Amino acid sequence: MDMSAVTAWAESTDPDDFRPADAWLAGGTVLFSYGSDSITRLLDITTAGWPPIALHDDELEIAATCTIAELYEYCGREETIAAHPALRIVRPACECFVASWKIWHTSTVGGNVATALPAGPMTSWLAGLGAVARIWERGGVVRDIPVADLVVGNGRTALTPGALIRSFHVAGVALRSRATLRRASLTSRGRSAALLVGRTAPAAGQAQAAGTIRLTLTASTPRPLPLELPASLTPDEAAAALDREVRESPGGWFEDLHGAPAWRRHMSLRFAREIFAELTGPAPADPLEIT
Amino acid sequence: MRLDGHEVEELPHPGQCLRTYVREHGATGVKKGCDAGDCGACTVHLNGQAVHSCVIPAMRAVGQEVTTSAGLGSPGQPHPVQQAFAAAQGFQCGFCTSGMVMTAAAMTEEQRADPERSLKGNLCRCTGYCSIRDALEGTVNTTPDGGPDAGGECGRTMSARAPGAEEVVTGRARFTLDLPPGAQQAVAHLKVLRSPYAHARIRSIDTTAALETPGVLTVLTWEDSPDVLFSTGQHEQRTDDPDDTRVLDRVMRFAGQRAAVVVGETVRAAEAGVRALVVDWEVLPDLQDPEAARRPGTPLVHGDKDGGRARIADPASNTVAELHTEVGDVEAALAASAHVHDAVYTSPRTAHVTMETHASVAWFDDDGRLTIRTSSQVPFLTRRTLYHVFGLPKDRIRVVTGRVGGGFGSKQEIFTEDLVALAALRLRRPVQLEHTRGEQFTSTATRHPMRVRVRLGCDASGRLTALHLDALMNTGAYGNHGVGVMFHAVGESTAMYRAPAKRIDIASVYTHQVPSGAFRGYGLSQTVWAVESAMDELARRAGLEPGRMRRLNAIGPDDPLVTTHADPARSSERDVVIGSYGLDQCFDLVDAALARGRRGPEGNAPSGDWLLGEGTAFSALNTIPPNGHRSDARVTVRTDGTVGLKVGTAEFGNGTSTVLRDLVAARLAVPPRAVIVSQSDTDLVEHDTGAYGSTGITVAGRAVEEACRNLLEQAQSIVAARWGVHRSRLEVVDGGLSAWDGPSVTWSDLARFHAARERELSATGTWRGTPRSVAFNVQGFRVAVHPGTGELRILQSVQAADAGTVLNEHQCRGQIQGGVAQALGAALFEEVRLDPGGTVTTTILRNYHIPAMGDVPQTEVYFADTYDPLGPSGAKSMSESPFDPVAPALANAIQDATGVRLRSMPMRRDVLWEALSGEADGRRGCRQA
Repeated sequence: MDMSAVTAWAESTDPDDFRPADAWLAGGTVLFSYGSDSITRLLDITTAGWPPIALHDDELEIAATCTIAELYEYCGREETIAAHPALRIVRPACECFVASWKIWHTSTVGGNVATALPAGPMTSWLAGLGAVARIWERGGVVRDIPVADLVVGNGRTALTPGALIRSFHVAGVALRSRATLRRASLTSRGRSAALLVGRTAPAAGQAQAAGTIRLTLTASTPRPLPLELPASLTPDEAAAALDREVRESPGGWFEDLHGAPAWRRHMSLRFAREIFAELTGPAPADPLEIT
Repeated sequence: MRLDGHEVEELPHPGQCLRTYVREHGATGVKKGCDAGDCGACTVHLNGQAVHSCVIPAMRAVGQEVTTSAGLGSPGQPHPVQQAFAAAQGFQCGFCTSGMVMTAAAMTEEQRADPERSLKGNLCRCTGYCSIRDALEGTVNTTPDGGPDAGGECGRTMSARAPGAEEVVTGRARFTLDLPPGAQQAVAHLKVLRSPYAHARIRSIDTTAALETPGVLTVLTWEDSPDVLFSTGQHEQRTDDPDDTRVLDRVMRFAGQRAAVVVGETVRAAEAGVRALVVDWEVLPDLQDPEAARRPGTPLVHGDKDGGRARIADPASNTVAELHTEVGDVEAALAASAHVHDAVYTSPRTAHVTMETHASVAWFDDDGRLTIRTSSQVPFLTRRTLYHVFGLPKDRIRVVTGRVGGGFGSKQEIFTEDLVALAALRLRRPVQLEHTRGEQFTSTATRHPMRVRVRLGCDASGRLTALHLDALMNTGAYGNHGVGVMFHAVGESTAMYRAPAKRIDIASVYTHQVPSGAFRGYGLSQTVWAVESAMDELARRAGLEPGRMRRLNAIGPDDPLVTTHADPARSSERDVVIGSYGLDQCFDLVDAALARGRRGPEGNAPSGDWLLGEGTAFSALNTIPPNGHRSDARVTVRTDGTVGLKVGTAEFGNGTSTVLRDLVAARLAVPPRAVIVSQSDTDLVEHDTGAYGSTGITVAGRAVEEACRNLLEQAQSIVAARWGVHRSRLEVVDGGLSAWDGPSVTWSDLARFHAARERELSATGTWRGTPRSVAFNVQGFRVAVHPGTGELRILQSVQAADAGTVLNEHQCRGQIQGGVAQALGAALFEEVRLDPGGTVTTTILRNYHIPAMGDVPQTEVYFADTYDPLGPSGAKSMSESPFDPVAPALANAIQDATGVRLRSMPMRRDVLWEALSGEADGRRGCRQA
């Protein structure tokens, strides 16, 4: 919709340009979806020319302005998955968007994380693979914050006023791990009510059984909830541990109209069992599917 | 920017989205459905990629290539996808069609193979998506004139294609606000400040800053409003609805009510003006719980009204209307019954979600007459009410509609027309008001939330002994339809079963909440949900198969329709007769289809931990609403051989223009394409009550037939006199009249002959909507339920309809498939939610999910073979009624599968799971297992 209070448009990625009543504009699919009575200037970051996806030594860098379509394309390549099997969860994560493939041409990875919805699927997979967000702040300050710590509540981030997400960085060890994903929604292809990412995290040079499994819960909690558990736990023990972790975390099970908390809890624990069973068993041949 | 091949130079506003920019530059095929990226009606190609133009900053498209459906193809040269949508007739109202077409045209083969995923960002509220699937698969459902399909499967008879199909699929059909760019520029825009409080009084409004805002033309408040009470709900009899509403009131009775309006040169200016208004509110105690509405000491919603004058039953107890009747002795009958069932069933508040929001534009024609173009089901009644409110002479208002983007009852109301009239009369210039999607949720009307207690008794053999409905309706802050829905809710729902004792207790109460109004089914979907769920439960209690129990007790062809009186002649059903009866056939058709599905090759049952079940339910609907419903029609043979048909009724996806056209074509033996339909304009005919109550065919069709009959008589008289043959020997044949062993004359010759004598071959017809008949629908479901997740899969959906003669099979099937889909949305997940203060919180389609293609099954549709002598060419109504039996059939199937009975909607996955886990005992939150 029109943002009728907006009177100016500028191109900038410099946090020192940011004034009150400004908004950073990436794809714009969230800002233009909700509109605003208070935003008067848009700062367009998409003309900075940041390469959407880059591989550095043992690290994947994803620009905040990388569109969902670009990410989806990259993670569908055979060579991508061969080199970094954990990225097999990215396409299913994209399917968790309520928004369709048409919106993916426009909306961005950074925009989804900055919106900080509990059900934001980019937050889910990035947090699930332990990604770190590079933040540009006023005065040229650059900070790295784990994505799981960047989203702090429903619609709330740890970003200071004027701060900007520049990119996300996923370490090679996570990219090479075994990863999987489960999600629940009240409707087919609807808004996520529980989204659980799991990955193996073997200690260096050790057998997998001695390693750990890292679960990251989103959508059914107000903010990402990462939990590292010994791979030696039974699926039931893992679910119980997750349940304890949520109970002790502020906010507990998330409640909104996209699912009752009791059901969200039930589905989350069910997924924890499934993921534990999957990641401690033989690797499945089938691709992940989300409906 | 290059827009559909033309260079557009003007720079967009910095906050402007691409949708409004391209519309300002003439691309009116690009629609606003949600304005938030959810519905896809605004889909365009940006440099060849399909995008939702409502969430694309227009600045980003500067210098780029933008293609809309009008640029993709034209009626003469449609794109193959457009051709496929026309041939399949993959639309009803057509408002979503441009977006569907643009999305489908951009799909890869892989995307085409998975339409549920690929079209999840395109919402259609009319079709239930079946005909859209057909369009994607290239299935042909229609040909321009109907009849055998030459190029298609052998022997398949095609339905006649809707008039204007080519315009719809190429983005050229003009909906309400699709004015040419020149006309758009002259229009001022009106925006509304809405109450943030459920109950408040405006002490004062400081308009200074708003009036100083650049581009603001005027501010209108309660002080500018005519001090005339009226109802936004519209019926043939204005006195059917309570007078409880002002154009602008000083008292706010729900959060979302109009508090003041600002008119500006642009929407932007008007919105800035609204932000600058300063209101001094006196917040008052409010009423949110309908159960508390009639308790002493409760805040009164219309305590200031004189109940007698305003036609409110009792303002001092928040009661708009109530009804208490008894036939026989229900208590005695229940006491003597072998089996008794007593339970409460609730229906939540749901929204119509027409893809086109309410909108209207007012201007003055060359004679200075106020003209209003609006998205309405009732242009003539709207004109009448505006006369009443503004005290204008009877010939000083004209109301017209363009193509209307969906109705479902929501447009049997005045929600925008009075405001544009007020502002246009003040400013003496064109003024437009277009609701946002949010305003549709917060400030129009919804389905009535209803609590229905049903008590049933039966004897040992399963025969009903007593039926008691005890219901409370929450009509919200204003009583638009709060009376009519109440009476209708207890009509067919009690008439449809034979029981010696029947009792009705129902009240319609005010609350400080968004008003309830007319919604497909008009009260029956809520009471049929209760009665048909209860019948299923009673059958199980009595140890009978529910389907048998239903057949045993459903009214037969010769039964009286007993509701409020033992003698139907004393009830509102007095002019209803069972003109044709196909309920028995419908039961058989559904049972046979479910049996086929059950035995089907794969049975399509999912493997693993699923519970399977089946359920059915039925409903009845009188083919015309009570208290009068009139249509006028005029048929004119033109000298070029075409036939002009003028009708008042509106086309909003119900398909009546197709059927009315074809009735004329059949009566005059001309091809459908020779009939040119003009409609929904108060200048065309004397009167039309409107397109509601499924009357587009049953009433307007009779008027059209009457007009054709009168025209024929006229023509026969002329020919008989000229040729000296007796009238009885003249019959209608191929494009004219012929004496069976003598000469023949074409319509065009006859019209020319007549024109030479300065006369017109033209006749009118009128139908007043009585007597009325009854239509029936039976719905069946086969479902699978996963107890571990609460997931429900509909393995089979079947509906059989007793529609009388089916005049256009594709369209009638579409009405049913669409009705099932809309009802499934309400049954499974739709709910308008309010916060404790009464503010609607579900204001975007992401939070008020309506069915997408992947949410609904492809419903099998079967028709009973009946002919109704009361309907046009034997037809009965079939627009509202397919909705009514869906939810109870689903709940019945769920109980059959799981043993768990759900008595409130929506039956969401989380609710179903909780019920299955035995944790439904009212607990909330997250008790630990």
